[in-house]
Amino acid sequence: MSVVTELRKTARGAKTAPSRRGLRNGDGKSAAIFLAPWFLGLGLITIGPMIASGYLSFTDYNLLQPPEWIGLENYTRLFEDPRLLNSLRVTFTYVFTAVPLQLLAALALALILDRGLKGLPFYRSVLYLPSLLGGSVAVAILWRQVFGIDGLVNEFLALFGIQGKGWVSDPETALWTLVLLHIWTFGAPMIIFLAGLRQIPEMYYEAAAIDGAGVVRKFRSITLPLLTPIIFFNLVLQVIGAFQSFTQAFVVSGGTGGPADSTMFYTLYLYQKGFTAFDMGYASAMAWLLVLIVAVMTLINFFASKFWVFYDD
Amino acid sequence: MTEVHVRTVPTDAPTPAQRIAALADEAPPVRYRSPWPDRRRAALKHAGLIALCALMLYPLVWLLVSSFKPTDLIFRDVSLIPSEVDWTNYSEGWNALQYPFSRYLINSAVIVLGSLLGNLVSCSMAAYAFARLEFRGRKLWFAIMLMSIMLPIHVIIVPQYILFARLDWINTFLPLIVPKLLATDAFFIFLMVQFFRGIPRELDEAARLDGCGHGRIYLRIMLPLSLPALATTAIFTFIWTWNDFFSQLIFLVRPDMYTAPVALRTFLDSTGASSWGPMFAMSIVSLIPVFLAFLFGQKYLVKGIATTGIK
Repeated sequence: MSVVTELRKTARGAKTAPSRRGLRNGDGKSAAIFLAPWFLGLGLITIGPMIASGYLSFTDYNLLQPPEWIGLENYTRLFEDPRLLNSLRVTFTYVFTAVPLQLLAALALALILDRGLKGLPFYRSVLYLPSLLGGSVAVAILWRQVFGIDGLVNEFLALFGIQGKGWVSDPETALWTLVLLHIWTFGAPMIIFLAGLRQIPEMYYEAAAIDGAGVVRKFRSITLPLLTPIIFFNLVLQVIGAFQSFTQAFVVSGGTGGPADSTMFYTLYLYQKGFTAFDMGYASAMAWLLVLIVAVMTLINFFASKFWVFYDD
Repeated sequence: MTEVHVRTVPTDAPTPAQRIAALADEAPPVRYRSPWPDRRRAALKHAGLIALCALMLYPLVWLLVSSFKPTDLIFRDVSLIPSEVDWTNYSEGWNALQYPFSRYLINSAVIVLGSLLGNLVSCSMAAYAFARLEFRGRKLWFAIMLMSIMLPIHVIIVPQYILFARLDWINTFLPLIVPKLLATDAFFIFLMVQFFRGIPRELDEAARLDGCGHGRIYLRIMLPLSLPALATTAIFTFIWTWNDFFSQLIFLVRPDMYTAPVALRTFLDSTGASSWGPMFAMSIVSLIPVFLAFLFGQKYLVKGIATTGIK
């Protein structure tokens, strides 16, 4: 059903099933034609640049002079760069709060909407809309105002006589406004959860009811275990996506990652290094550290999934 | 204690196409029938949901309403109903930057059109090969394709920039369109593979017996039967390309090539907080196409996410 389950299947299939090579290899020519654009793209736009960026990460390169080989220097610089270490801290804080909170909201709403509720299409649409708009510059501009010193939030607080502050200009709170923005876009994972809930066969609940299971017991013993692959899928993709967040932090902080580097996402720092300072070698090393982090997080997720994800097959 | 995990799989598992059809079916399953069928409970639930919907939409509605208010009134007048509809923010915002805002909208539209064409053609072609053709290393290539969906764009953007700079493509739309012509949005390949697999093989086998080659099976059978998948691809491509900021910010640095999001961002820099009104007005203008896509393409959006599970 999803990229993740498909990958899992392919990985397992590769190990167990013998290769069907030679069985029917007659479509080779047609396949080459149909896949030609994709192969070209894979080589020129994806793998070629990956190799180039691997090479550049060992050089000093500013676009003007030819790249100069400096060995591991970029990588050692990474760990001595306080702003980089700070951007890692900011990004991890963001990922570890925004992703679980957003998924919790998505799951809760999916469960509420699933129980034979009238008006489901309406609620689903309304709750999904922010997911589509949330990544835009326009909404980031709106967010900057909503949490500004004379913004919407403070107007609301003033009704209760509470003196607000500039939420986006205070280093203590700026990151949390971005976390809230991420939670606001829970609609997309909610729809995946809703689809997952529909796949659970009705007879399981009927059988459980006959055995005298209550609502809580049904949730714990049927819904939750059968939903774990979907939760896992959402988790993997949301973590990968959240590590790469850029637009919101860029716009809300006016491109600086401020105040006081408190919204300096890793990708924002990478952008500054690569495309403002044109320190292309360093930016490439940063990009590879990002790949490493995302890969390790994904592997941890896959490994941990053995202990909590329940597969029906 | 009864163990209620039932580990059997339904014997006649539905095909992907049936599952997709089932997802579109709005009839809610009767489940969890509450032991106390209480109307008050349902009413309470609806009240809570409506309140949540209002809260979720409030910032957007406020943005819309504020775009019709004079800037100095935006923060003094809290009411959601403007005392008068004032279009000056729109005319001011339209002309506030170096070029009229229409220029940026057209630039965005050109990139969107190119991306649409690219994704629809190249991704469906690749998907046909993965779904229907037998060739050496199919599994390996398929796995590589799946992994490329999850690859962070940042690891390739620096060398891509260098490559495109060498080709003199910076400040053109080529760096944003050519990759789509080469099926680099692998997510859509995956989406269409899923859909193609649900189309009965008997159809193409019959066509083969009639002497059709793969080109004609793809054009005459697969594509016409895959309109829902193509529509989903089109709508997602439209919205994602329209909202895209990172790559447009990097490849388009000359003001006459700016797209709507990049122009909006310049707005923030050049005019500062002094002119929220015109900025809100242009924000609304840039959100309208996405909103329309949402309005008319909802069915495909929901199915698309539900079947492939990606935002």
